[in-house]
Amino acid sequence: MKERLRRTMLYVPGNNPGMVKDAGIYGADSMMFDLEDSVSLEEKDAARFLVYEALTSLDLPDGEYLVRVNSLDSAYGREDLEAVVRTGRVAIRLPKTECAQDVLACEAEIARIERDCGIAVGTTPMMAAVESAAGVLNAREIAAATPRLMGIALGAEDYVADLKTSRSPDGIELQFARSMVLLAARAAGIDAIDTIYSDIHNEEGFRQEVRLIKQLGFDGKSIINPRQVNVVHEIYTPTEQEVLQARAVMEAMEEARRRGSGVASLHGKMVDRPVALRARRTLMLAGATGYGGGEDEVQWN
Amino acid sequence: MELKDIAQFPFAGELRSIKGMFQESGVVKNTRTLAEREIYHNKIVDSLEEVIRLSGLKDGMTISFHHHFRNGDYIVNMVVEKLAQMGFRNLVLAASSLSDCHWPLIEHIKSGVIRRIETSGLRGKLAEEVSHGLMEVPVVFRSHGGRAGAIDKGELPIDVAFLGAPSCDPYGNANGYVRDEDEKVTCGSMGYARVDAARAKKVVVITNHIVHYPNAPFAIPEHDVDYVVRVDEIGDPTGIMSGATRYTTNPKELVIAEWAAKVILASGRFQQGFSFQTGTGGASLAVTRLLEAEMVRRHITASFALGGITGSIVELHEKGLIRKLLDVQSFDLKAARSLRDNRFHQQISASYYASPYGEGTAVNQLDVVVLSALEVDCDFNANVLTGADGVIRGAIGGHPDTSFGASVSIVVVPLTRGRIPCVVRHVNTVVTPGKTVDVIVTECGIAVNPRRKMLCQRLQRAGLKLCSIEQLQRKAEQLVGIPKPVEYTGKVVGIVTYRDGSAIDYIYQVRE
Amino acid sequence: MKLQKMAVAGTLESSDIMVTIEPVPGDGIEIQLTSPVEKQFGERIRQVITATLEQMEVTGVCVTAVDKGALDCTIRARVRTAACRGAGQVQYPWGGRRV
Repeated sequence: MKERLRRTMLYVPGNNPGMVKDAGIYGADSMMFDLEDSVSLEEKDAARFLVYEALTSLDLPDGEYLVRVNSLDSAYGREDLEAVVRTGRVAIRLPKTECAQDVLACEAEIARIERDCGIAVGTTPMMAAVESAAGVLNAREIAAATPRLMGIALGAEDYVADLKTSRSPDGIELQFARSMVLLAARAAGIDAIDTIYSDIHNEEGFRQEVRLIKQLGFDGKSIINPRQVNVVHEIYTPTEQEVLQARAVMEAMEEARRRGSGVASLHGKMVDRPVALRARRTLMLAGATGYGGGEDEVQWN
Repeated sequence: MELKDIAQFPFAGELRSIKGMFQESGVVKNTRTLAEREIYHNKIVDSLEEVIRLSGLKDGMTISFHHHFRNGDYIVNMVVEKLAQMGFRNLVLAASSLSDCHWPLIEHIKSGVIRRIETSGLRGKLAEEVSHGLMEVPVVFRSHGGRAGAIDKGELPIDVAFLGAPSCDPYGNANGYVRDEDEKVTCGSMGYARVDAARAKKVVVITNHIVHYPNAPFAIPEHDVDYVVRVDEIGDPTGIMSGATRYTTNPKELVIAEWAAKVILASGRFQQGFSFQTGTGGASLAVTRLLEAEMVRRHITASFALGGITGSIVELHEKGLIRKLLDVQSFDLKAARSLRDNRFHQQISASYYASPYGEGTAVNQLDVVVLSALEVDCDFNANVLTGADGVIRGAIGGHPDTSFGASVSIVVVPLTRGRIPCVVRHVNTVVTPGKTVDVIVTECGIAVNPRRKMLCQRLQRAGLKLCSIEQLQRKAEQLVGIPKPVEYTGKVVGIVTYRDGSAIDYIYQVRE
Repeated sequence: MKLQKMAVAGTLESSDIMVTIEPVPGDGIEIQLTSPVEKQFGERIRQVITATLEQMEVTGVCVTAVDKGALDCTIRARVRTAACRGAGQVQYPWGGRRV
């Protein structure tokens, strides 16, 4: 699976034509068309057709596209997969994932459709979402369930309800879940995406939360309003210091390659794989914000 | 000492400005108090009908109005209605602009009271009727600067100007606000009215609020005013201005604004002492707020802002981020109050603002202007006058003036509005020539006029991804499809002039 | 596909199109369209509605469409939805083809 940034995952209600057609203009790294929670039962069919038509006829801007399907237990989940897997353009986001079996059941269905359509089996990536105590506890096996999984997300709203508590500004009730999801993601080598922040008018509160999850190690955040996109990207933008350091690391590695040596060193310390990977990611984050350096630097506050 | 008759002096022929000998009998002092004089010796006329008679207005003459009362204006309809009652015909109506509320003019055009119209814009039912062939003679559309220039040069001679004013003293000093009372009708700057007041043969101020002399500082000085009439209502405050122009929360407009702000920052024009103007559309206004953050961060202050002044610009001024404000039109109460109270918030005339004749004209001192448009085309021409259906629905305003004058002109426009493409091959009506439009910013990409190579390089070096205007047009077309072209008849219903009075495009009657 | 009853899909929100479809005698497809872009795209919108119904092999219907600036993909989606609802169809024959 090709490495990509997933700093922002924008939720787009699947039955809203205005939002669906504009999904790609906000610069989010990933766009998730939702057929599940944001669509009422009477409109599941309408949303499905809308997302299908959008995926097949709109010239969607660059980025990753996902579709959150309904649960396979319901009447809608299977139909959702039938509609969107065949486009070959999307990753499937599972609704509430409780255990590895949920992932595998969905995968089996996806594989069947891929075969039916003549798409190479394994093409469609998947993303899991844990939203309950059971799901969080099973995060490790969920994240490792299939090589199709590229990420695992936390859905805090349902999770805190399951815990019989509520969300607070500093998020202590999410501490365990966040750590669990993150560790599970890292152990399986996939991305960890944090939950949504619903108070779109509280920019400072949002910033605090983004800084927190970045520090924890999350790859990105679920976004429910386009105005949140820039804030996340800004916080995930490396500082000039970090960029210089990362460049130095890459140069040291290049130097070692030129010398034919397998070991790179920087300031007397060995540059090992984790350091190199972090440097590459830093430069990837820097590149994403168009940080070119130079006299006309465009930097946002 | 005995005075010899001046006519007998040898060089009397040279001193022609001396008019005979002083006659004491010719000097009669008015010993009444100021208070009495204000009541008994003034320019106040009892009724609109009487002032029209006194003005000497005749059939076929030109009357003018300002548009500072925007869609809450009562003046145009009130005056034209009275003129109709009095039997006037074939008049030329030279308003600085006309709005939705002026639909009653339709009847007066049909009945022959009004024969010609000169304006910056037309809206609503009146505009639709004109587009469908209401008038024999084409409407002449002028930009604010173009109109001011034409009036100054005598190309658009005004016989009687009817100027509504929220306050006026008995001698004609008029203002766009009432100093001591906020709740009255307020419009702030009277920049457009000043040109008419200075040049019209006769000037009538119509006010609902007579104040004591002197109504200073004034927008219109008494020496430009011939008559003052008091009426009960001059306009509807809710139609004139809002409390404060609100920041948009529309995500698409915010995306466009962000790109526009990035363009400004990378343009090489964002430096200490820069000058700018922004329009009042959602995206344009949002640009101001984004610039503010950078101004604070980089300790940059602007030397002046021009416009079209809104409360958000006033805020920057009051925070010390913009040194001076040059105001030809105040858009909200905050701006109007600032005009009244802030020393460096200067009221300017339309001439000072945008006349094409004058080195110092304010638009020529702009670094950056951010404008919107109904549509733009692959030659960078902008249309702010007619809609996708060919019907007149807007106003030229200062679009071509500021595009020309600014070092960098930026037009912000969504790629589509609903299913209407806003970037097209050829605009329905060319209002601002592409040669003066430098950057077009949409939510799907930024296009720089190929004429501006240096600007293009700067933006690219700053990391902004540019695309060609053709790419934007194709994207719009892919999204919405190819619209059927508008069907026109051969009748010209409007002539769009450029700033210098030359004809830049025609507006044809829309086929029904 | 044969329609059993009248059905509606879509809303009057901006960029959407509200499509009401009902069975009528005969084989024709009758369309009543109200659109803010009638002049520029009226013909195209009608074409898209017709083509979508033909592709679904739907005949003998009257379609009332109130358009609010919908793109072709939205029109197709809403027409499909209304037709399926009218036919009482829960499962759509997506077919074993890659799109």
